[in-house]
Amino acid sequence: MAGSGENKTAMMRLSKFKYLAPRSVNDAAKMLADAGPTASVVAGGTDLYPNMKRRHQTPKTLIGLRRVEGMRGVSGTPEGGLRIGPMTTLTALERNATVKAAHPGLWKAVHSISTPILRNMGTLGGNICLDTRCNYYDQNYEWRRAINFCMKCDGDTCWVAPGSKVCLAVSSSDTAPLLCAIGARLHLVSATGEREIAAHELYRRDGIHFLSKRPDELLTEIVLPATNGWRSTYRKLRRREAFDFPVLGVGAWASFDGPVVKEARIFLGAVSPAPVEAAEAAKSLVGTRLEPDAVARASDLAYGPAKPVDNTDFLTRWRKEMTKVYVKGALEDLRGS
Amino acid sequence: MKTRLPRKRKVHLRIRVNGETHEVAFAPHKTLLEVLREDMGLTGTKHGCELGECGTCTVLIDGEPQLSCLVLGLECEGMDIITVEGLADGPQPHPLQQSFAELGAAQCGYCTPGILLASKALLDEDPNPPRDRIREALSGNLCRCTGYIKIYEAVELAARRLKDPKAEPSREILRGYEV
Amino acid sequence: MSSPRPFKTIGHPVRKIDGLSKCAGVTKFADDLVLPRMLFCKLLRAPIPHALIRKIDTRRAAKRPGVFAVLTGKSLPVPFGILPVSQDEHALCPDHVRFVGDPVAAVAAVDEDVAFDAMNAIRVDYEPLKEILSIEDAIQNPEPRLHDYGDDGNIHKKVSLEFGDVAKGLAGADQVFEDTMYFEGNTHLPMEQHSALAAVDPDGKLTVWSSTQTPHYVHRALAKVLEMPPARIRVIACPNGGGFGGKSDPFNHEIVVAKLALMTGRPVKVTLTREEVFYCHRGRHPVLMRVKTGVRKDGSIAAMHFKSFLDGGGYGSYGVASTYYTGALQTVTYQVPQYRFDGVRCFTNKPPCGPKRGHGTPQPRFALEVHIDKISERLGIDPAEWRLRNLQPANSLTANHLRIGSMGLGKCIEKVVRGSDWRNRFRRLPFGRGLGLACSSYLCGAGLPIYWNNMPHTGVQLKLDRGGGVCVFCGEIDIGQGSDTVLAQTVAEVLGIDPYDIRVVYGDTDLTPVDLGSYSSRVTLMMGNAAIQAAERARELLAQAAAEKFQIPVNRIVCAGGRVFDAGDPERGMTFAEAVVAAEAKYGTIGTVGSYTPPVSHGKFRGSGVGPSPAYSYSAAVVDLTVSPETGWITVNKIWVAHDVGQCINPVLVMGQVEGSVYMGLGEALMEEQVFRRDRHGVHKFPSLLEYKSLTTMEMPEVVTYIVEDPDPNGPFGAKEVGQGPLLPIMPAVANAVYDAVRVRVDEVPITPDKVLKALQSPSKRYGPTRIPEVTLPEPIRVPTPVEGGDGRAAGGEGERKKKPSGASAGVSP
Ligand SMILES: Cc1cc2nc3c(=O)[nH]c(=O)nc-3n(C[C@H](O)[C@H](O)[C@H](O)COP(=O)(O)OP(=O)(O)OC[C@H]3O[C@@H](n4cnc5c(N)ncnc54)[C@H](O)[C@@H]3O)c2cc1C
Ligand code: SF4
Ligand code: FES
Ligand code: FES
Repeated sequence: MAGSGENKTAMMRLSKFKYLAPRSVNDAAKMLADAGPTASVVAGGTDLYPNMKRRHQTPKTLIGLRRVEGMRGVSGTPEGGLRIGPMTTLTALERNATVKAAHPGLWKAVHSISTPILRNMGTLGGNICLDTRCNYYDQNYEWRRAINFCMKCDGDTCWVAPGSKVCLAVSSSDTAPLLCAIGARLHLVSATGEREIAAHELYRRDGIHFLSKRPDELLTEIVLPATNGWRSTYRKLRRREAFDFPVLGVGAWASFDGPVVKEARIFLGAVSPAPVEAAEAAKSLVGTRLEPDAVARASDLAYGPAKPVDNTDFLTRWRKEMTKVYVKGALEDLRGS
Repeated sequence: MKTRLPRKRKVHLRIRVNGETHEVAFAPHKTLLEVLREDMGLTGTKHGCELGECGTCTVLIDGEPQLSCLVLGLECEGMDIITVEGLADGPQPHPLQQSFAELGAAQCGYCTPGILLASKALLDEDPNPPRDRIREALSGNLCRCTGYIKIYEAVELAARRLKDPKAEPSREILRGYEV
Repeated sequence: MSSPRPFKTIGHPVRKIDGLSKCAGVTKFADDLVLPRMLFCKLLRAPIPHALIRKIDTRRAAKRPGVFAVLTGKSLPVPFGILPVSQDEHALCPDHVRFVGDPVAAVAAVDEDVAFDAMNAIRVDYEPLKEILSIEDAIQNPEPRLHDYGDDGNIHKKVSLEFGDVAKGLAGADQVFEDTMYFEGNTHLPMEQHSALAAVDPDGKLTVWSSTQTPHYVHRALAKVLEMPPARIRVIACPNGGGFGGKSDPFNHEIVVAKLALMTGRPVKVTLTREEVFYCHRGRHPVLMRVKTGVRKDGSIAAMHFKSFLDGGGYGSYGVASTYYTGALQTVTYQVPQYRFDGVRCFTNKPPCGPKRGHGTPQPRFALEVHIDKISERLGIDPAEWRLRNLQPANSLTANHLRIGSMGLGKCIEKVVRGSDWRNRFRRLPFGRGLGLACSSYLCGAGLPIYWNNMPHTGVQLKLDRGGGVCVFCGEIDIGQGSDTVLAQTVAEVLGIDPYDIRVVYGDTDLTPVDLGSYSSRVTLMMGNAAIQAAERARELLAQAAAEKFQIPVNRIVCAGGRVFDAGDPERGMTFAEAVVAAEAKYGTIGTVGSYTPPVSHGKFRGSGVGPSPAYSYSAAVVDLTVSPETGWITVNKIWVAHDVGQCINPVLVMGQVEGSVYMGLGEALMEEQVFRRDRHGVHKFPSLLEYKSLTTMEMPEVVTYIVEDPDPNGPFGAKEVGQGPLLPIMPAVANAVYDAVRVRVDEVPITPDKVLKALQSPSKRYGPTRIPEVTLPEPIRVPTPVEGGDGRAAGGEGERKKKPSGASAGVSP
């Protein structure tokens, strides 16, 4: 019954590591490649440090990105496509007047994250790469030992769905569904090259291997699509208006021809290990003016893809039912005034 | 007696806390919270979870409230840190400290250091915050004692006193309502 | 009371005497203490809820570098517990673990890192036993037993009391109403995690500093378990970073660090992680309740039968008292002429429940106030009106022999009704918006101490300095409620000096006279009375000396404004310091004492130890909220609350307690969930500050507080309690407001959106329990009511309260 590993302690102190502070993206990428799989980059640390204290992750090398040049700030124009450095803090984004005016959806998502103090620390990059969450997992080592661990860390069964081959820990980033919905692109750099992918391509429906990004790849830029006749919004369900992660997030986007929807995308957050596209719901909106009927129909269609499981706050059944209400709300936002 | 210890390499660096530069040596995996409390004897900064879930450990880093339990000590090199011990101006309490004490905004006083610092950052930025702004700015600090109301009132009183040192709280705040 | 009115400091918003220290970060909480050569302790806790310990192997842990001692239950075989009748805990489980988190071994090492690694190197071999995780489990499975004592298998306690003839009362009623309700239970969640530090001096004296609400009981437990003379042990309570009842038991970790300090000769500290705080618990019991009430045509109550089933967790703690408390105070708000109470407490493999703010009474209060809301509705009487018509009168005896003194509930109701514009808005708001009213009452300290004896419940000593300073010694401990300030204000009032010239020395078993602790809202009333007595004795000495000096009769001497002077000629006088000098010259060193023992209670039957109090506080609250019929989401808009505090000692402190109570009550009403995973060995579902939901600033509504003053002859200056009472009406007021908003009943706490939605979608328009378990109860102890001429004794001399020589008996009355 007793624990084994030296590092596997339950104290709310960090595990031990070697700390590196590169100054450039290239140095960071090289350090990451050199240190291998036991290394981890850290941005604001608001996700990684709690995980280290609970011994989910015990990286031997930490590569701090705080001092890397060129990874912070917002550049470009909304019309040409804003470019955001992943080390930009959530507070900095929230206070950026251009972001607020041109990307109200992103602004709402960012504003809804955690608390004002945590937003001073947390970054957009960290939010995009946020670990998946599950209340059988986000617990101290001792607690997890008492349940005999689970597949995501130190064990082999998924307690949420004991038959499941994959971990169902939940994608809990507030920006992820929004960035997927608006079609943001992510720039990845490693020691061996670089590439750009669509935001939704980053995520995988596997609570353990939830990112398609290789461990040696750094996220170096988030590129927002040019603003031209589209609107976006974000709606979040959670118990308290501060601290709490989403138990349902709705990122919605639509482009318009006058009042008529040309194209639409809806992504649901926190109902699966990855943001989930409600494609049929979105498709049903094309050609409508987001009139109440159309909104109601789309909300019903979004209910299907939402597959929450019992590993977050609130009753699963109720969370699923709320999908309709929150999608409806998001579409009403898009209809606007 | 078994006193042989696993070797620990400490980092040795300078951090500016409450306007003074200190040279401290500590294990590299220590958080700022641990460095302040254990290596610098500044126990005014409290802790309630060490996981970012309560706000009790809030300090100011370069003027911004941050959670000292989720910042590495060694990442603070060259930064300006203010803890509750650094709020007063010599023997003169900060108007926030004064108003919190006067209005009972500190009951057990455990969440108080963190809330004072979050409030200071707010007042530094907005000398006239409306109630909703205060509510929002303090939404990352849990308090189990006060129900927050005396805290809002104390922040508002301090804001007024920063302009007019003679400002006084209303009768309702001091004695309750009447119908 | 001989103090002159109007008061000089009593009733005024005096800044807390430690307010600025708290705001400067200077106040030392237990975890802030550091001693040279200090070691750190960690406790290894059981990972399974119910098991026998076959073997513990500590060899590997003991060998690790930096480890100074490893301890198991074998070295601490003596049991302890807060109540004499439940001495069922061990500092470390010797052979039987009863919940996930029960400590089995401990380590002392040079630092926390080393202690943790060593702790994890301890091997424990368990033999799992069947898990008992609910009230039903406990009733259905008398075996395997959690404890070898108790009333029946895994039923810890059964009680049955009958005042008058309830069957007859119900039969004679015009209508009978019945409700079944559930209160889920929750925890205190103080922001400060428990911490304790122990040190032994070379001359053999042990000192333990702890974040405890009850240094006196920690002292007793340490002496008992360590088998040391109490004279060699000193317990110092540090200011608590919040308590709410969660630091009122003696705890394993306090005993363990003491033992480790004795073993190693070095100071040893332990600070619990947030997760471990959830394991200490002693919070609100989950209670399943059934209330049956017979009502006459005019709406008045003819008789009531109340049943409660408590899920006690793994140990006794205060549970026997909690059980009685779920039945004790139903009678103090509205007239209940015939009353029967049946209570059953079960042992389950979960962290032990105990006293949380309101101790055992918020659950039945929730049931009762919702029940009354339903009754009023069916009778077509406005619920505020129903309450005003049926108030228990002041200066009366209740059916269960509780003596009511001042009773300001009527005034409280009128205030909140007026403030909320109740008469124009109740049942008249648009669908989705609602108002709900509820009331409550609470004790001002238990009438009987935990260990029945003839000694006072509290003592205060004063030492007057020639320079005019006054040092007050009292065993009380400030847990945030402001008791240090109440003490200073009380003494300052009597002696006519500035409260800031007073130093308060608190919570130290070597230095201060015993005060039983900061629980059951006893401090202001009891300590206050003792402080008045001590201060009046001191004033008497000063007055005598001054009278002699001025050659005037002593009754002309007044102490006020820092002076001692002739009432007839205020010019003729001296400073307070000069008066102390004169008195010291006349009498020698000036020190006085005061103490307080509550009046003898009226009830004499077995079980009458729980409920009596020198006075009862009263509260009423109206909640205004909005319910979304689409989601069930509740948004609380505003709360009006009035509290009868007897006499307000310090309005800022009173409001702080009221607002804090509203906050905590609202958390209980809406979202705080203390739940366990049945599928995973009964682990606490989420022992963290993120997942155990405490309201943030964003959920806290505006609160309008009315302070009602109806002085009670037993209170110091007429004062009654305020720390707990105002929490009680909040949960039922929310439930009643939800009904007003959307016409559904959620007969369960917390009232979460999914339950509201479910009720909205169900044909019965209700969510809540329907059944209670079958349990054979003992024949009730029958006690004639005062109206029937009862003198507080049980009928036929049966069920007498056991009387044993002082100090040794089995009291159950915190
Ligand atoms: C109490 C609490 C509440 C929270 N509530 C919310 C919430 O409501 N919504 C929400 O979305 N989040 C929430 N968070 C999580 C977190 O604070 C935010 O998601 C934050 O944005 C994470 O950013 P960070 O910079 O702190 O990440 P870090 O912890 O530094 O990093 C997170 C992960 O991303 C990786 N990473 C970071 N930057 C890069 C990069 N440039 N390239 C490659 N990998 C990278 C890290 O290696 C790590 O694995 C909460 C956290 C806490 C403690
Ligand atoms: S979903 Fe299953 S495997 Fe994944 S973290 Fe939760 S319990 Fe573990
Ligand atoms: S200690 Fe709780 S947020 Fe840092
Ligand atoms: S004053 Fe006690 S937690 Fe805030």
